[in-house]
Parts: sequence; C-alpha cells; structure tokens
Amino acid sequence: MKTPKFSTSRVVSDRSPHSRRNFLRKSGYGVAAASLFLAGCADDDDIVMVDDRVSLGTGDVGVLNYAFALEQLEAAFYAMVLQGGYFSSANADEQQVMRDLEAHERAHVDFLSTAISSVGTAIPALEVDFSSIDFDSRDSVLGTAQAFEDLGVSAYNGAGRLLTDPNYLLAAGKIVSVEARHAAAIRTLNANGNPTAFANSQVVDSNGLDLARTPAEVLAIAGTYVVTPLDASGLPQ
Amino acid sequence: MKLLNIIDQPHAIDRRAAFGELGRTLGKAATVAMPLAAFFAPGRARAQASGDTVVDVLNFALTLEYLEAEYYAMGLDSDGLLTGDMRETIALIGQHETAHVEFLRSAISGSGGTPVEKPAFDFTANGAFANIFSNTETFMAVAQAFEDTGVRAYKGQAGNLMGNGDVLTAALQIHSVEARHASMIRRMRGSKGWITNAMNTTGAAPADAVYAGEDQVTQLGVDVTSVSSVDRGQITESFDEPLGKQAVLDIASLFIQA
Repeated sequence: MKTPKFSTSRVVSDRSPHSRRNFLRKSGYGVAAASLFLAGCADDDDIVMVDDRVSLGTGDVGVLNYAFALEQLEAAFYAMVLQGGYFSSANADEQQVMRDLEAHERAHVDFLSTAISSVGTAIPALEVDFSSIDFDSRDSVLGTAQAFEDLGVSAYNGAGRLLTDPNYLLAAGKIVSVEARHAAAIRTLNANGNPTAFANSQVVDSNGLDLARTPAEVLAIAGTYVVTPLDASGLPQ
Repeated sequence: MKLLNIIDQPHAIDRRAAFGELGRTLGKAATVAMPLAAFFAPGRARAQASGDTVVDVLNFALTLEYLEAEYYAMGLDSDGLLTGDMRETIALIGQHETAHVEFLRSAISGSGGTPVEKPAFDFTANGAFANIFSNTETFMAVAQAFEDTGVRAYKGQAGNLMGNGDVLTAALQIHSVEARHASMIRRMRGSKGWITNAMNTTGAAPADAVYAGEDQVTQLGVDVTSVSSVDRGQITESFDEPLGKQAVLDIASLFIQA
C-alpha cells in the first residue's frame, strides 16, 4: 500500500529573497498547470508538462482522485502549519484545532489512497507550492486555511452529482460535513470570534445553501498551490 | 442583519410574525431565483435506493427544518435567553433554517408534490427539558443535538436523490450548512466542532441516539486505523456517519406532540 508522503523537499516554502527566482518559476508553473488542464492543450514550449500531466482518470475513480488531490493539498498545508511559527505561538484552542485538522486531512488522504487503489489507479503524491503562505503569520495561515476549507466544501458539494455509486456518494458525504465543520471553526478563528463568520453570506446564500463548485472552478483555484499539472479532462460532466 | 433589525425593534411587530414574514420573503426570493420545477424532469422523480420518491425525501427533510426553524424562532422570542454574540449566531442559524423550510416547500410544490404540514412541537420533550426556553445551556445543548442530527439525516438521504442531480446538489448544499451550524454551536458550548467516537457532549442522555455509530472507523470496506497512523479518535472525527430515516424520526418524535 502506498501512502503519499509530503517531504519538505517537495514543498516550496523558503521565503528568503534568494529563493525568489525559484518562487517565481514555481508559481508560474502552478498557474500554467491550472490553465493547462482548463484549456486541455499545451502551447507553451518553455514548460514541458504534457507528458508529465497526472490524469485523474474517468468515472467514479476520477471523481475520487479529484477529491484525493484536494485532500493531499490540505494535508500538506496543515503538515507545514504544524512546523511553523504561528502554530508554536498559538493559544491552546488554536493549536488543538490545527492538530485535529492536520490529522483529519491525513486520515482522508490515507483512506482515499487505499480506497482508490483497490478499484483503480490512485494519483501519486502531488507537488505543492506554498511559497505565498507565511507559516509564521496567523493571518496568512488562517486565511489560507479558510480558503482551503471553503473550497473543499464547495468541491464536494459540486462533485456529488458526478458519482454513480451510492457508496462513494456516502463516503464523500461523510467527509464533506467534516470539512464544513472545519470551515466554520477556522472562519470564526480567522474573524477573531465574530459570531456570524462561520456561515455568513460569503458562503451561504439567501436560500440557506452553501457553495457548490465544478471541478474546473475548483482546480483553477487550487492550481495556485498545486505544482503537479493535473489532467481533469476525463471527469464526468 | 435584516433579521436582527426586525427582531430587535421592541414595539414594531410581533417577533414570531416577523420571523415568519422574513421566511415568506426568502421563500419568494427562492422561487424567483431558481426554476425549481426544472429540478423534476418527468420520469426522474423516483429516488434510487429506497421506495421513497424525491418528494418523500424532501418532505422528510422539511419536517426536520420545521423543527429547527421553530426552535430557533422560539428561542429568539424568549426574553433574556439569547443575548450578545450568541443571539447573533442563533439569529443567523434560524434565518438559514427558515430559508431551508421555504426552499424545500418551493421545491416540493414545484414538483407537483404537497409539502407536509408543520407538526405541533413540544420542545420540552414532554417535560424532559422543562427549562428549554429559560436556560441557555439547555437550549444550546438541544440545539447541538438538532444540528448534529440534521447533518446525519441529510447524509442518510443523499443516495435516495441520485436520480436528480440538481436536487442532490441542493441537498448537499443544505447538508454542509447544517454541519457549519453544528460545529459553531459545539464550539460555543466548549466541545470540539467535530464528533469524537460516539461521544454525546450535550449532557442530555436522550441525545445518545444522536451520536450512536459515530465511532465507525471502517469506510468503503477499509479499516482506516490499519492504513493510517492517525489516532483512532481523530479518525472517527474525520468521518461523519449517516442516520436512516426511522432513526431520525425516532429522535425527532421526542419533540413532536402525539
């Protein structure tokens, strides 16, 4: 059984000025990756990635790999959070939240890796670029966490209808409500206890409905942080 | 914040009426904003996994939303029960539940179905929670139980909506809002926002049924404890479990007048 590992060597997090060129190259790569899978073709000869594109696959397995990619992103993020200056100086409640979220996302990754591998091909460990995040900054960490959790909720909400096996839909449902629990907690922390931030009009509309996004919308946003180019063209429409 | 403005006006209008009026307004907005009838293409109305039609599932959800909406409306109507930040939080949650009621009623009508009538509720549970609208701790504990039940109830019905993608998506969008509510209320009460094992942190024994089975660690046939180094308790937190219709109705029936 393969469990994706996120060694720090695969995570771009050096914020020193000397790494700027590397940072720019990496972030350009990430943006290109996002636009690539959307466009479905590669015109930029400077970036060789067509042969390196990771296909999410088709059908239900493709949707599960899509979820797996997002869980990898979240797990890698919280692993970095636990090593950063914000975490080490955070209060007890915030430290517990961060420890729990890191554990939950890692559990989702471990589960999806195994479950997908038993019925198809799971995508490999993805390379991520967190150079835009300051892991010593509370605002940077909580702001990013909020974006990731809200993104995860909207992704699962939008992807449920793409699944054909009710067992997979139920498994996704078991995960998405936990992501929503995370989002509410993180939003409240990020808004310093504001009593309505957990489900305000940024994320819940006048019908009382949460956000739902298509895979194309989600991957365009995630592409800022995911370096590995993904091919989502096989996903159900 | 319109809701707060309405509710906080001391002599303007009856508060309950204000809440109802807001709901009707939102309902109209829902009807205009979404072509709900378009959800129900002919021949696709039957739900997949059970004998329940999509309308049956939506009416089941509507019953729970009636319960939550009335509960929060009555709580906000109780002098001194909810103040400050807590009042703002509950007002927003109540606003969502009222919107869900109107949304579901519109969806059911749009399908040619008939929305079920609102049951007569007894939130004291026949006296078990006699101080439900005078004791903030009791009110919030029962609110936690309602929200965690709501999350489980929607999750349990998702498979029954697979024949209609638009309805399924809307149900999922309500489901995650209920989970946001649950997390917020739990944390306000000093619990984690997520459910550890099958732990009932409400302090009310009748709510044990709300958490029964939440300690599941096998997902899609995978014993997650065997493939992950994550602590078992945290693994149970990572997956919310569904509840079947009857189990949910058994919980809800405690608060419905016979």
